Amino acid sequence: MNTARSNPINAIAMHGALILYTLIALFPVFVILINSFKTRKKIFREPLALPDAESFSLVGYQTVLKQGDFFLYFQNSFIVTVGSLTLILLFGAMAAFALSEYRFRGNMIMGLYLALGIMIPIRIGTVAILEMMVSTGLVNTLWALILVYTAQGLPLAVFILSEFMRQVSDDLKNAGRIDGLSEYTIFFKLVLPLVRPAMATVAVFNMIPIWNDLWFPLILAPAEETKTLTLGSQVFIGQFVTDWNAVLSALSMAILPVLVLYVIFSRQLIRGITSGAVK
Amino acid sequence: MTALTLTNVNKSFGTVHVLKDINIEVNEGEFVVFVGPSGCGKSTLLRTIAGLEDVTSGEVRIAGEVVNQTPPSKRGIAMVFQSYALYPHLNVRGNMSLALKQAKESKATIEARVAEASRMLSLGDYLDRFPSELSGGQRQRVAIGRAIVRHPKLFLFDEPLSNLDAALRMNTRLEIANLHEQLGATMVYVTHDQTEAMTLADKIVVLRDGCVEQIGSPMELYNNPANQFVAGFLGSPAMNFLPANLLEDGSPNTLGVRPEDLMLDPAGPLEITTKHVEHLGGDTNVIADCHGHQITLRLFGQHAIHSGAALRLGVAEGKSFFFDAKGNRLR
Repeated sequence: MNTARSNPINAIAMHGALILYTLIALFPVFVILINSFKTRKKIFREPLALPDAESFSLVGYQTVLKQGDFFLYFQNSFIVTVGSLTLILLFGAMAAFALSEYRFRGNMIMGLYLALGIMIPIRIGTVAILEMMVSTGLVNTLWALILVYTAQGLPLAVFILSEFMRQVSDDLKNAGRIDGLSEYTIFFKLVLPLVRPAMATVAVFNMIPIWNDLWFPLILAPAEETKTLTLGSQVFIGQFVTDWNAVLSALSMAILPVLVLYVIFSRQLIRGITSGAVK
Repeated sequence: MTALTLTNVNKSFGTVHVLKDINIEVNEGEFVVFVGPSGCGKSTLLRTIAGLEDVTSGEVRIAGEVVNQTPPSKRGIAMVFQSYALYPHLNVRGNMSLALKQAKESKATIEARVAEASRMLSLGDYLDRFPSELSGGQRQRVAIGRAIVRHPKLFLFDEPLSNLDAALRMNTRLEIANLHEQLGATMVYVTHDQTEAMTLADKIVVLRDGCVEQIGSPMELYNNPANQFVAGFLGSPAMNFLPANLLEDGSPNTLGVRPEDLMLDPAGPLEITTKHVEHLGGDTNVIADCHGHQITLRLFGQHAIHSGAALRLGVAEGKSFFFDAKGNRLR
């Protein structure tokens, strides 16, 4: 590691590769952002040009804020994402703890069963889910989305977290038991803080697909009052006419909250990804 | 009075039979060491005493009471772990007082007990530090302090010195011995290190493959081992084992001699070729070849022996042990 650091050619190559990747990754975001501030004509004529005095226009943002209840969509997305993440982390961690900590009949089978969801996409079951939601009366409620996303996120969460929880020292948990802590206290006070980096990893991996999802909001909660941001933005995309200003503005605004959540989790995330390698 | 009684304790994990009919009695105030090679079940045995594992069959009594169904926190025990197992989110004071808080002791009691323990272990300056800010030795002292404050009927130590470096290990060993003297408490200590066992124990329990091989005081086991395993396990350098027919013609048995019971004797019965000589100053260890068998000889003082030298050895009178083909001692 030290030799790689001190060798200037290696350092340049490394940074060059990383900078290149960053540029490629950020380019679409950049294009969306600059075009959201341009007039419709300029978007098509010079899609890569920066907005200048002549082409600058906030018409997209104005449309977005006028048409539809953008803040409600925003709030819906936020409730669904945070709600699902909370449930995924809570139940995922609990299941992972049970699987990694307790010896019981069928432990292994249960682990496999829970991991099965990683391999089978939940969208295959869309029709059944829809029928279920209709019969329980949950269609067009945010609960429908939260429940589906929780189910979608749990397998990976259990898989990752149980792996991390196996690494938490048995001695520590046993020390807690000898000192008279309950299993819940051991879980919440001793184990969870130690797997926090893994929890952040799970949170980020789940957060972005949930925030961006169009499929389930479209099918399970398309009503005006339960529309999510992604679904709300779709009103600007028509079969024949698409209001690109509005779409780009809506997308620009949709990036922000994810960015904020990501910044919150990212310190933990980096530790989570590298913790095995560094320690 | 007996502090701990194990009666026919068995433990299986699935089809693996880990502890086989263990019977041990520990008297009040005794320091008992479970020793054995890794995988012999000594840690599992300690964990069944602590209540962290259930016994499959048999009975565990602590201070006369059957505790098979009692959870660890109600057994009146305290345990010190190899990896210290300090609570990372609590400072030293918090670590030591948690168990008492859980047991709903009064604030004054908690404070007095923490003060007492930190004085005994000279932890006074560190009470407000977090485990991550302490060195290995300090962490182990906190772990011991956490055990002391509970005033347990039984202290359990699970290889507490394995993570410390050699010098610190020696100091902490002395500290534990002192602690035992000061507290007069019953202690059960698990280790794979026979030196720790010999130096600390009032009573050693030698375990192998989940069975008790022998129980006795360190010198009893050293001078009078029940079988070849115990003879070979205790003592450093380890006992030499040679075919007995080197001494008596035609004997199918094994001869065991401790390295210090061999002596240079020009008329001795054993013929050796020196392979390697370790000059330790106080002792000289000679590793030699005796008719294809490796043999270690420990001489007191300094001797000018060169590797490759051919020597003859004699065995001190009454110091040879004989074992049959199954390793049982022949008397």
